[in-house]
Amino acid sequence: MSQRVAEGVRQGIGESVRRVDGIPKVRGSFAYGSDLWHERMLWGHTLRSPHAHARIRSIEVSKAIAAPGVLAVLTAEDVPGRKIYGLEFADQPVMAIDRVRYHGEPVAIVAAETPELARRAADRIAVEYEPLPAVTDMEQALDPDAPKLHDWGNILRHVSIVHGDPDAPADVWVEGYYETGMQDQAALGPEGGLAIPADDGGVDLYVTTQWLHVDRQQIAPCLGLPEEKVRITLAGLGGAFGSREDVHLQIHACILALRTGRPVKFMYGRPESFLGHVHRHPSRVWSRVGATREGRLVNVQVRLMIDGGAYASSSPAVIANATTFAAGPYEVPNARIDGTAVYTNNPPCGAMRGFGGPQVAFAYEAQMDKLARALGMDPVELRLKNALKPGSVLPTGQVIRGSAPVRQVIERCAALPLPPEEPRDERGHRDPLSLPGGVAGNVGRGEALKRGVGFAVGYKNVAYSEGFDDSTEARVTLSQGADGPIAEIHTAAVECGGGVHTILTQIARTELGVERVVLHPPDTGVGSAGSSSASRLTLMAGGAVQLACRAILEELGRRSGVAMPEGMAEARQIAVEGGQLIAADEPVAALEDLLSEPIVMTRTYHHRPTESFGPGGQGDIHVMFAFAAERAVVEVDEDLGLVRVVQIAAAQDVGRAINPQGVTGQIEGGTAQGLGLALMEELQLKDGRIMNPSFTDYLLPTILDMPPMVSEIVEDPEPGVPLGVKGAGEPSTIVSTAAIVAALRDATGRELNRAPVKPDDLVGLRAPAVSSGPAPIPDVPGPKPIPEYHGVGAGQQELMKSD
Amino acid sequence: MLIRVNVNGEWREADAWEGSSLLSMLRDDLGLPGSKNACEQGECGSCSVWLDGDLVCSCLVLAAQAHECEVRTVESLSGGGELHPVQEAFIEAGAVQCGFCTPGLIVAVTDLLSHNPSPSEASVREALSGNLCRCTGYQKILDAVQLSAKGMIG
Repeated sequence: MSQRVAEGVRQGIGESVRRVDGIPKVRGSFAYGSDLWHERMLWGHTLRSPHAHARIRSIEVSKAIAAPGVLAVLTAEDVPGRKIYGLEFADQPVMAIDRVRYHGEPVAIVAAETPELARRAADRIAVEYEPLPAVTDMEQALDPDAPKLHDWGNILRHVSIVHGDPDAPADVWVEGYYETGMQDQAALGPEGGLAIPADDGGVDLYVTTQWLHVDRQQIAPCLGLPEEKVRITLAGLGGAFGSREDVHLQIHACILALRTGRPVKFMYGRPESFLGHVHRHPSRVWSRVGATREGRLVNVQVRLMIDGGAYASSSPAVIANATTFAAGPYEVPNARIDGTAVYTNNPPCGAMRGFGGPQVAFAYEAQMDKLARALGMDPVELRLKNALKPGSVLPTGQVIRGSAPVRQVIERCAALPLPPEEPRDERGHRDPLSLPGGVAGNVGRGEALKRGVGFAVGYKNVAYSEGFDDSTEARVTLSQGADGPIAEIHTAAVECGGGVHTILTQIARTELGVERVVLHPPDTGVGSAGSSSASRLTLMAGGAVQLACRAILEELGRRSGVAMPEGMAEARQIAVEGGQLIAADEPVAALEDLLSEPIVMTRTYHHRPTESFGPGGQGDIHVMFAFAAERAVVEVDEDLGLVRVVQIAAAQDVGRAINPQGVTGQIEGGTAQGLGLALMEELQLKDGRIMNPSFTDYLLPTILDMPPMVSEIVEDPEPGVPLGVKGAGEPSTIVSTAAIVAALRDATGRELNRAPVKPDDLVGLRAPAVSSGPAPIPDVPGPKPIPEYHGVGAGQQELMKSD
Repeated sequence: MLIRVNVNGEWREADAWEGSSLLSMLRDDLGLPGSKNACEQGECGSCSVWLDGDLVCSCLVLAAQAHECEVRTVESLSGGGELHPVQEAFIEAGAVQCGFCTPGLIVAVTDLLSHNPSPSEASVREALSGNLCRCTGYQKILDAVQLSAKGMIG
């Protein structure tokens, strides 16, 4: 029956359906945040701190207010409600209060008739700063004598996991120290928003965000308004990758709109975008891995640190992820893993695709290669020997209940064909276009080329962990239109580009047997969808749409007079096919006869409950896991330090592919971001200041940097969840950095323990990153984020409770 | 200052600020937001348009430089309602995700194919190396170019 239904409707589950937003996007008519426009709108501008750490002695705004075309110049004093906000903890000022803690922190905001007038007015604000000593190194933050970023100190969170006998002996040990740099999400569409004051004293906000309701929860208290007076609609997102999880211009735009009584638009330019959102945490990892002579992992000892920057953002969850995944996707009977996130005067770091995963995968996969060498084993064989499987116990004590096709992703990736050697002419020269660096960059003829192959496996949790109930609501309406039945879907699920909106229409088509499906714009007129992050929306929003569709089928059954035993829709005993309602394989009624009144069903999907960390970092922390393996083939010009990635092969576990083309798009795009971290992407900081906030100086992979990819989708449905889906967004990002740098090590024989790898590393002009030893373990009251012990107001947690 | 420019076949006038870029004039004064502003430094190609037939980053051209010139934007490609074959191919190949780079890439690919109807993969990569995409990893963009080439020949 279910098969018949799926086949009966075109563009349902499992098809590479065209994107619902494809046509406006190729025409240039899709409205992004930066395209917003309103009659009589003003332009907002933000004055930001030029210092990493300073006391504000005074702010003088009178000259700015007197500037032409200026309607308002506001500082922290003018924030009508709560003056601080935050995603997980309210520790961040809407505008600086007496002190700035990072380069780029908002100090004042301006609204003027044009963007240029707003910028010029901001230049006329006189701020007197007294620079303070800055904490710009994550280990320095642990020094008891270091300046304190917040009243509760510099420790943001420490997670400690003790598993089995952490002193268990091993035959062979390998040690390593690894670093990764600060990466930027660099979504091409910059932050944009338009706040429109409403007659009821509230505000309507159109904005680039990943989670409308958590924004509202942070915005409303700062405006001194009840949440229902802050209505948010998604503005078109030109990518996000984590960078739109935190509030950026939302509160500023709303305050200015309420103050001036006119619509206010903000649009960040690229340099401001680099200052105005969080980044991927830089990391340091100290690791010792012990195994038997036969290559069984026995004991993993990891100390890791991430630099959270000046404010918490999502650092508490990132360090939890990094710590729980630090042993890799392997069975490890004994482990001691300590992860610390600290505050510094560096720019705040938070969510970016992979969310703590890429940093530890870079370390654990390098350690696996070291171990394979020490044992004289094939690195792929070593990984297969230790791979997690259903029933495996993780270092947190969590038992993997669902699917874990780790062997499959490894084997299928390893089996993909290797690229051929490049052809050479009769003199033995290669086409210069094929050399690392290409025609413009390579002055040689390929005399110093070395080829290398690297392999990496990794994994990621799907949806939120540690007891969060990040549910999603969907409202689905089925009605009779002029040309037949129409289904309408209304959720607050944010489309960042990953394709979730198309997926929701596919699910509704298959579930309802109706081809015409309309999507409402995501807004706060429906319940929370949770964030468009953590690879979670296909599962969560897809699950909610499925529940609502099944409620509609049951209502159709009731309207037709069919006896409706509990769970009939879930068991696919009732369905729509060819315009007929079918129950127990028999046509019951024509659909149009049942739709004299539309059917509206609102349902909420919750994933299974998880637990917070107990003693020893033990607990059922994560909902489920998605795995990926990648193999990179690189060529290095050892004279010039230039790299060409020749090919990347990938196999990724997605549970079930709702839209296979969309899934390979996620694998390829996620891989490119990992390639960026491997080879070029790093925010350069000097005394806490970002030195390269532009696309000229912050390098992103181009089409010349990205190699051809061959991808395998591994479908091993997750039991007990809608459609068996996991999610596809993140695993490839987690493994590609590790695989590419492994290939560089294979080609050059160098240690390369820091990503991104620079030309200087490849020709020996820069020594490997060194450490004088693992960072000390801080003395903390427990595994919760430290601000929580100090009564600092919670963010997401409040939302979960109110649900 | 008053600028007279032929945009997508129609003579238009805009009262633009002297420091305005062609991109700003198109987006803010002429109601053509299809060309995107992602870097304002000529690094990303999201604002690609034709200026007197030449492919340019409109963020690097002063509005004043376009005075009495002919400008074609992404909006010109599907003027009659029908999608251009390159636009069709981008959708079909799955080369669109967030879509922010898409208008610039579609202009750049259309320009490439007008000069070289069946380009090799290497020359496609060379031609599109000035267009950044953060979502796709470029594989499906290459697929779209091949599809477009077939569609335009066929």
